[in-house]
Amino acid sequence: MAKYLLLKHYRGAPAAVNCVPMDQWTPEEVSDHVQYMHDFAARLEGTGEFVDAQGLSPEGTWVRYDGEGRPPVTDGPFAETKDLIAGWMVIDVETYERALELAGELSAAPGAGGQPIHEWLEVRPFLGAPPTITE
Amino acid sequence: MDRVVDEAQLRALIPTVIGVLGRRGADFAAAEDAVQEALVEAVRVWPDEPPRDPKGWLVAVAWRRFLDAVRADTSRRRREVRVDDEPAPGPGTEVDDTLQLYFLCAHPSLTPASAVALTLRAVGGLTTRQIAQAYLVPEATMGQRISRAKRTVSGVRFNQPGDVGTVLRVLYLVFNEGYSGDVDLAAEAIRLTRQLAARTEHEEVAGLLALMLLHHARRPARTRPDGSLVPLAEQDRSRWDTRLIAEGVDVLQAALARDRLGEFQAQAAIAALHADARTAAETDWVQIVEWYDELVRLTDSPVVRLNRAVAVGEADGPRAGLAALAGLDPALPRYAAVAAYLHERDGDPATAARLYAEAARAAATLPERDHLTRQAARLNAGLRG
Repeated sequence: MAKYLLLKHYRGAPAAVNCVPMDQWTPEEVSDHVQYMHDFAARLEGTGEFVDAQGLSPEGTWVRYDGEGRPPVTDGPFAETKDLIAGWMVIDVETYERALELAGELSAAPGAGGQPIHEWLEVRPFLGAPPTITE
Repeated sequence: MDRVVDEAQLRALIPTVIGVLGRRGADFAAAEDAVQEALVEAVRVWPDEPPRDPKGWLVAVAWRRFLDAVRADTSRRRREVRVDDEPAPGPGTEVDDTLQLYFLCAHPSLTPASAVALTLRAVGGLTTRQIAQAYLVPEATMGQRISRAKRTVSGVRFNQPGDVGTVLRVLYLVFNEGYSGDVDLAAEAIRLTRQLAARTEHEEVAGLLALMLLHHARRPARTRPDGSLVPLAEQDRSRWDTRLIAEGVDVLQAALARDRLGEFQAQAAIAALHADARTAAETDWVQIVEWYDELVRLTDSPVVRLNRAVAVGEADGPRAGLAALAGLDPALPRYAAVAAYLHERDGDPATAARLYAEAARAAATLPERDHLTRQAARLNAGLRG
């Protein structure tokens, strides 16, 4: 088994096919979308492939070290930041092909008009622990 | 007096107890659940009230739990008719229940991950929570993986002989899993393989056991306290476990003497040659190349050919190693790392540095990536002079 991150972006991904912003949907469409995500996670738990799912607030702060004894410097948020992560799902699956299959299904979550969003998701393999036997 | 239950000893009884319930008429899934409950009960009760006959105690408690479950489950009424409270003695015990359980849990209808999870629970006696922690997934997810695996094998008859090869692949996966939670998966794989080796004459079972012991012996030297990897050539060999090495070599020699070579025996032979060298420089690379030739013949695996190229590079020089590498697919995992190593030994640090950086980007694990990045950094620093 290998773990993969299915990464969802607020910004920075190529445009979705059905890319109407969420606040322009009907309330029922929003509910249907949320339900789809819940059902998807529950189904993966049932197949023994679910690890984690989290959403992130779009508003973030940039922080860096500013030297011994000084408080950290903060900045932002920057409107021009190209890549803005919205959330993720972590799956533990038998093959890379299975990871792609599941990402495809997640991307079919319904949006405006009840139609699939066809949103671009980024699939990233986890760096695992080294195997015992290598030679 | 507070006594601690010897968990490994307790868990070693699990397959037998599942087998007894099976012969009394319980199906595998229900028997396995009942025995898990008895196990939990044993851990709770035994420190204060150690049983005179641990196995008999487990059988009695598990059987009672099984009957309770049958009674509670109205949809199972028909089976209640079939199962008596006081079971007739089962058929003779010529069938080795434990062995049958290994076959069932590694049944070819299961995916490798399902077979691993089911083996650790039903044969190993680990709890779902322990298995989930070891594989870094939520307990609910692991619980479902195990339930599905049980459903998959529910139609399999318990007394059919299985394929030792599938069992060995499952045990190899458990051993080679790098993760570690509270459960030491490598030690557990060794325990399960030892238990299997005691029940079968199969030489590849012995081969796998030897391979595990010889690699486990090097574990204290394989990583630094910060988790970074120490390559074989740089390991402090005084930290290798000589007792495990001696046992591994004994097990391997007995297997090889039967003259039915298989891939685990050949891999163990290579590990034994490394274990035999007091310093990296004393390694018998010529003989290691011969074993790799055997492995190529047995498996025709590109990964084996890649490792063979490393050995050829040590035995006959880096040029010969690069020649052995030439026919292989550069997309192979660790290809760039091997090429980098051979180019450095061939006196081409610029190419080696570029390849190490490439290998780091393609590494599948964090410690490997860090190790390869350090190699690239070391060479680049030298090149800057």
